[in-house]
This record gives sequence, C-alpha cells and structure tokens, in this order.
Amino acid sequence: MDIFLQQVINGLVQGSLYALVALGYTMVYGIIELVNFAHGEVVMVGALVGLSVIERMAARGDTGWGVIAIGVLVAIPSCMALGLGIERIAYRPLRKAPRLAPLISAIGVSIALQQLAALIWGRNYLHYPDVLANPQFHIGGAVITQVQLVILGITGILMLGTWVIVQKTALGRAMRASAQNPSVAGLMGVNVDRIIASTFLMGSGLAAVAGVLVGTYYGVGNHTMGFMLGLKAFTAAVLGGIGSLWGAMLGGLLLGVIENLGAGYLSSLTNGAIGSNYSDVLAFLMLIGVLIFRPSGLMGERGSEKV
Amino acid sequence: MIEATYSSSSALLIAKGIGKRFGGLSALDQVSLSIPSGSIYGLIGPNGAGKTTLFNVLTGIYRADEGTFELDGRSLTHCRSDQICTLGIARTFQNIRLFGNMTAIENVMVGRHVRTHSGILGAILRLPSQRTEEQAMITRAQELLNFVGIGQHANQVARQLPYGDQRRLEIARALATDPKLLALDEPAAGMNDTETATLGRLLQKIKESGVTILLIEHDVKLVMGLCDRVAVLEYGRLIAEGKPANVKNDPRVIAAYLGTEVS
Repeated sequence: MDIFLQQVINGLVQGSLYALVALGYTMVYGIIELVNFAHGEVVMVGALVGLSVIERMAARGDTGWGVIAIGVLVAIPSCMALGLGIERIAYRPLRKAPRLAPLISAIGVSIALQQLAALIWGRNYLHYPDVLANPQFHIGGAVITQVQLVILGITGILMLGTWVIVQKTALGRAMRASAQNPSVAGLMGVNVDRIIASTFLMGSGLAAVAGVLVGTYYGVGNHTMGFMLGLKAFTAAVLGGIGSLWGAMLGGLLLGVIENLGAGYLSSLTNGAIGSNYSDVLAFLMLIGVLIFRPSGLMGERGSEKV
Repeated sequence: MIEATYSSSSALLIAKGIGKRFGGLSALDQVSLSIPSGSIYGLIGPNGAGKTTLFNVLTGIYRADEGTFELDGRSLTHCRSDQICTLGIARTFQNIRLFGNMTAIENVMVGRHVRTHSGILGAILRLPSQRTEEQAMITRAQELLNFVGIGQHANQVARQLPYGDQRRLEIARALATDPKLLALDEPAAGMNDTETATLGRLLQKIKESGVTILLIEHDVKLVMGLCDRVAVLEYGRLIAEGKPANVKNDPRVIAAYLGTEVS
C-alpha cells in the first residue's frame, strides 16, 4: 500500500472538513475582526443534533445517505439559529467595546455551550449509527471510501458556493464593503448589522454540515469535540491568512495533509521516538511558525479579498 | 425679496437649531438651514468651522445634541446612517473613502444595494428574480460610471484609479443610492483648474437630473459660479446665508475669511 498517497487522501478529506469550519472563522473575522471562539461549539451542536436525528431514523430501520441528508437538513437551521443567537446576545452588545471584551465573551459562550450540550447529550462519547454501507475504491495503491468521496464532493461544492456568494452576489458585495469599511458601507445604505448577522448565518450553516460530516466520518460525537476541531480550523484560517476565503480553504487542506503525513511518517522517521500521535503538535508548531514568519498567512496580503 | 421665493414648502432639507459639542468645544451651535429642492446649495467657511461636522450629523455618523432635521417632511434626527441613506441623503468624503479592493463598478453596485431586495436566501438559491435584478444593477451601475465620465474604468480596482477618477467614482457610488440630496464634501480638493471645470459641469448635469446638491467647497470661484444659495459657517455658527453675490459682499464673511481689520 502506498502510505504517502493514502495519507494525502486522508489528509485532504480531514483538511476539507477543517476548511469548511475555517470559512466560518475567517468570514466573521473578516467582517468584525473577532475570533469567534464559540464557532467550534456550533460545529459540535451540529454534529450532535444530526446524531440525534440519525439515531432516531436508524432505530426505525432507515439506512443510506438519505438519513445523513435529513440529519444535515435538521442540523443546518439549528446551527443557524444558534449562530444568530450568539451574535445577538454575546457579540452585538459589545460591538463598540474594547476588542478583548468580545473575545472573552466568545470563550464564555464556548464553555456555556459545551456544558449545555453535556446536559442534553451526556458526557459520554456517542456513536454515530452505521447507516452507510461505505464501499471502498482502490486508486494507485491507496484506498478511498465512499464517505471520503462524498465529503470531498460536498465540501468542494460548499466552498465554491461560498466563494460565488461572496464574490458574485449583492449580499457578498455588501459583506466585502462592510469588511473594508463598515461606516462607509452604512452611509451607502448597507444595514451593517444585518450583513454581520448574514455572515454568522452562513458560517453556522457551513459548521452544521461540517459537524454532521465529521460525525459520519469518525463515527463518534461528544460535547467536547468542538474544542480541538475549532482550534484546528482556526489554525487553518490563520495559516491561510485570516480574513481570506481562499486562505481558509488552502489552509484547511494544507493542515489536513501535513497532519496526516506527520501521522504516517513521524514514527518511522524517528525510529519510534516520536509517535504518530504527535501530529497535533506538528499542526500547532506550524501555527507558531506562521505567526512568527508570516503573520498575515499564506494568502493574506494586507487587506486582500477579505470577508 | 429674494428669500421670499423659497417658501418652506419647496424646501427639501430643513435643519432647525442643530447643535453638536465635543467635550467643551461647540462644533455646531444653533445651525438652521433650509435647502430648496432642485438647487445647488453651497456650504463654505474657514477650516474648522464645522462644515464636515454638519455633514456627519446630517448623514447619521454623529447624533445631534440639539435640534432636528428633516428631508421632504420626514424627520431624520434619530435615524441610523443606512436608514438616512435609504430615505434619500447620500454623500462623498473629503478624504476619499472608496472600497479600495473592489472594482469601480462593484463600488457603485454597493451603493445600489439599498434599492434592491436581495436577501441571503435569494443569494444562496440564485433565484431567477435575483439574476434579473443583478443584471439591472450592472446596467445601472455602468450608466452611472458613464455619466460621471469613467465608464471605461468599470473593471479596474478602485484604489488603482487616478485621484480625480476616484473622486468621480465616489459621486457615482453616491448617485447609485438614488438620493434626493447629494452631499459632496470638497469634491474639487486636489483637482487642477481643468478638472475642477469638468466637475462643475458634472454637478450642473446632476442638478438638471433633479438631484439637489449640498456642496462643501473651498474653491470660492466654483461655489460662487455654481451655487444657487450659499451658507457660511464660522466657529460652528451660521454667519450668513443667501444668494452668492450677496454673501460674497457680506462684511462678516469677508472678516471670517480675511480676518478683521485692526482698528
């Protein structure tokens, strides 16, 4: 088996999930310069809402992608409502406060959501029911599963869709204008509060899809799953250049691939001194490296096409 | 009587007793204006007289501490800037504030945003009505760029445009909101005589299209030649108001601009 190719495939799949979550970070940052640390928790809620729906349907004996799709369709509005609520309650009142205040508020929301989820879904790892046959395909000495292919397809479409909305629609134009200069956008008749809410809406919708896909892919969900996932996606956004859409996508894919190559090779390269479980360390070392050597990220020229 | 021809019924914007303080400094003090519909109305005064502050109050950036203002009989005193824009006042800036990373036509289309009904759902679903609207927006934006004379630069990134073209682009962007009142903050700043003359003709064309203009300008020649009426601010107070020819000879205006004679 070709370990390199296999790890690249796994990395791209994992990375595309990071990218989807990273889009939410980067869009919100682009428009209000806030790192929405509660975003990972929105993904978690999406995964667990989806899990509840899928579990119920699986119990009735339903199987197949339709079940997952319904899980996603329930998770999306749930997460959108949650995202809007977070923005309204935790961030909007602090719009004119010093920058530290909304950041602390974000961390508070994050903890509150984790504990709330623990109350609803319990503290144990929950298993995503097996509703998919998940056949495997062989390509050049590596294996790619149907779930992986679907994840790559869906994330690809969503990323492209996000780009189209931001670059080609009136809403996207208003977003970019608000990101560049909110007060002038307001003077040109753009209701900036509504645009910010739309940004949260879009980010949360993407987070919901990411949540259910993560659950389906790894097979488990838990009230703490949003933490590490959120941190990785944030790393991906910074890696690509926070505020840049392409940056988030590129950063996510790159982070996924590097992490998985690390997992594949660290152990053999160091004769077992450093195990494959150090791949997280590799990810965050990269974050530190980017922050030191290229703080604006790979795609982040100052003030490029941010939103 | 000259004043009598401007009864309040033909006034587009009426401001009454506007006051704005910053700490102990009174930037605007009891400023009352009545801008006749369809006119070009000049606002002049020495630096720091409060002209831009008045613009900021009228466009909702600052909230007036005192006084009220209304457009077409509708009070705007407590409106947000995007609401004021929707109700019919659009502006440009003394120091150009375009969306620098967007193309010229995109800048104008942002101004058009307020006259469209596109929501997030429409944007996601790309509804046919959305596309028609988008197409209409592009057409209108291009018309406006042609109107101000920079149609050939539609797809250039705004910050790469020459300075004078950036000023015109700001005017096109403001016009895209379909304003009743167009407020221009020193549109001729930094322009040479030829460019200023072209600008004067553009403003005349805008007036003829039925848009009332409120103009802050330092170029006295431009103001006197173009404006139907002129108001003069000094230290936040209105010291003169009337036809340009009368205002020009007002002793208080001469004193404000040239200083009082030492007696």
